[in-house]
Amino acid sequence: MTRRFNPMRIGVYVLLVAFAILFLVPVYVMLVSALKTFAEVQDLSRMWSLPAGINMESFVSAWAGIPEKGLRGLSQNLLNSVNLTIPATLLSSMLGSLNGYVLSKWKFRGADVIFPLMLFGMFIPYQSILIPLTQTLSTIGLGGTLWGLVLVHVVYGIPITTLIFRNYYAGVPTDIVEAARIDGAGILGVYWRVMFPVSLPGFVVVIIWQFTSIWNEFLFAVSILQKPELQPVTVALRNLSGSQIKEWNMVMAGTVIAALPVLLIYIVMGRYFIRGLLAGSVKG
Amino acid sequence: MAYARRERWIAFFMILPSIVLIAIFVYGFISWTAVVSLSKWDGVTPDYSWAGMETFRQLFARDGGVSAKRFTIDLWNTLFFTVFFLVICVAIGLFLAILLDQNVKGEGVFRTIYLFPMSLSFVVTGVVWQWIFAPGTGTRPRGVNALLNIVGLDALRWGWYTDTRSIGPFHVALIPVIIAASWQLIGYTMAMYLAGLRAVPDELREAARVDGASEYRLYQHIILPILRPITLSALIVLGHTSLKIFDLVYTMTGKGPGFVTDVPGIFMFETTFRGNHYAQGAAISMIMLFMVALVIIPYLRISLRREVEL
Repeated sequence: MTRRFNPMRIGVYVLLVAFAILFLVPVYVMLVSALKTFAEVQDLSRMWSLPAGINMESFVSAWAGIPEKGLRGLSQNLLNSVNLTIPATLLSSMLGSLNGYVLSKWKFRGADVIFPLMLFGMFIPYQSILIPLTQTLSTIGLGGTLWGLVLVHVVYGIPITTLIFRNYYAGVPTDIVEAARIDGAGILGVYWRVMFPVSLPGFVVVIIWQFTSIWNEFLFAVSILQKPELQPVTVALRNLSGSQIKEWNMVMAGTVIAALPVLLIYIVMGRYFIRGLLAGSVKG
Repeated sequence: MAYARRERWIAFFMILPSIVLIAIFVYGFISWTAVVSLSKWDGVTPDYSWAGMETFRQLFARDGGVSAKRFTIDLWNTLFFTVFFLVICVAIGLFLAILLDQNVKGEGVFRTIYLFPMSLSFVVTGVVWQWIFAPGTGTRPRGVNALLNIVGLDALRWGWYTDTRSIGPFHVALIPVIIAASWQLIGYTMAMYLAGLRAVPDELREAARVDGASEYRLYQHIILPILRPITLSALIVLGHTSLKIFDLVYTMTGKGPGFVTDVPGIFMFETTFRGNHYAQGAAISMIMLFMVALVIIPYLRISLRREVEL
């Protein structure tokens, strides 16, 4: 690379910085609005200005609510999101791992038909299964419950987790599978002794992907859970922003709270997040 | 080999639970929805008496009532939303990927900034952009209008997602929604293209440079053709997302005045779970499924076949 002054390269940096600023505008708005007092956020002419001081009152109200105005806080909903996301993520990752193992190393007859049929399930508009789903959940006594929603996320997570693990295990040399078989390991033995121990990177990708998707999900949650005290944070946030009294500083603090867990994961584990992202386009 | 045969059965039984769940929850439920869409179910209690294609006919009726008018608007909105959203995501995503491919310092920081919206919920995106594009009133402008007011460009103020004007069948209120959706998903195309660019062997670039090709020609004749399959994948994945979009629009604008920002996903949700018009909701969702299947089934066939060849 040449070290001399190059107008082209300066142009590249100018453009990169300009786009970065544009991408960060919503973050700026979120943060400055969240740090304002209610009186300050009401002054629309100052919407784009920095807050007069650091004020955490909006975070307190977003967390605990403002009972005298009938506004619910997000703390309970945040806990619901945790209680929903963790079991659903772990269960669907386990299922995906088993499926991916079988579909990559033990192709039985018909596997080439079953796999695409399974994959199709991750592309369908979920509206097309929503009516039978809510009916069925009510029939089996899981309607309106967090466990019902866990089941839903586990089932509809099968295609993507299976896909990621299948592609991951395809990269594990079949030789070591054969070697374990010669040592007398059966199909489950090979899984426990050979595949599972090397699965960690696969699990990291799948867990991050599922955690993020389930945490962020809205349609299933809003259709299945009617009780405000059971809803996850996405539904509660939308209710807060859709309510008649808009305390915008509180709503913006709410978006920060709802976004923070996934943002932290993204910032710390971005590399694995991107792998999950790219796996979604079928080819691993 | 008897041994292998027994193992194959165990293999099958290991994934049997998943197969059964997918069979019921995907294919069984889709069939069930199809039955509902052909029924007279229009109220809280299920009614499976046969209505045939009547509900579909009502959605497409030329002289139809509110439902047909709304659904026609929805389909136009979906078309315009999809086209603009895809063009923006592919063009800017590719542009950013090429910029980042120029050996820039701090590449990781830029990449993180362009991609972080992907990790957010559509609900968060919707709430924030709702606040940014809220127009306010003439004397009390809000959001971008307030910004235009500050810099003295009041002539450019408009109603954003509350504006009911349209250019032919294109509702201008969709523009802020398209911007929000693109903000969230440009990073996705950028990441795909960047992965593709990284896979272009350095020798290829060097060889072209040795042959005297300019950077521009290098991209035009060598790199862009290599990226073509990525464009296809991006178009399909983003295209099917936009056909079934719900969360973002529902949170940011809802159906809008005169359905200016309505989409089939919102219509389906409201008519089913707020209006109890189950047959109609089912019919809309079947049309959404049909549109998505048109895009996805050929794509799955092509990419899985390509995989077998490899």
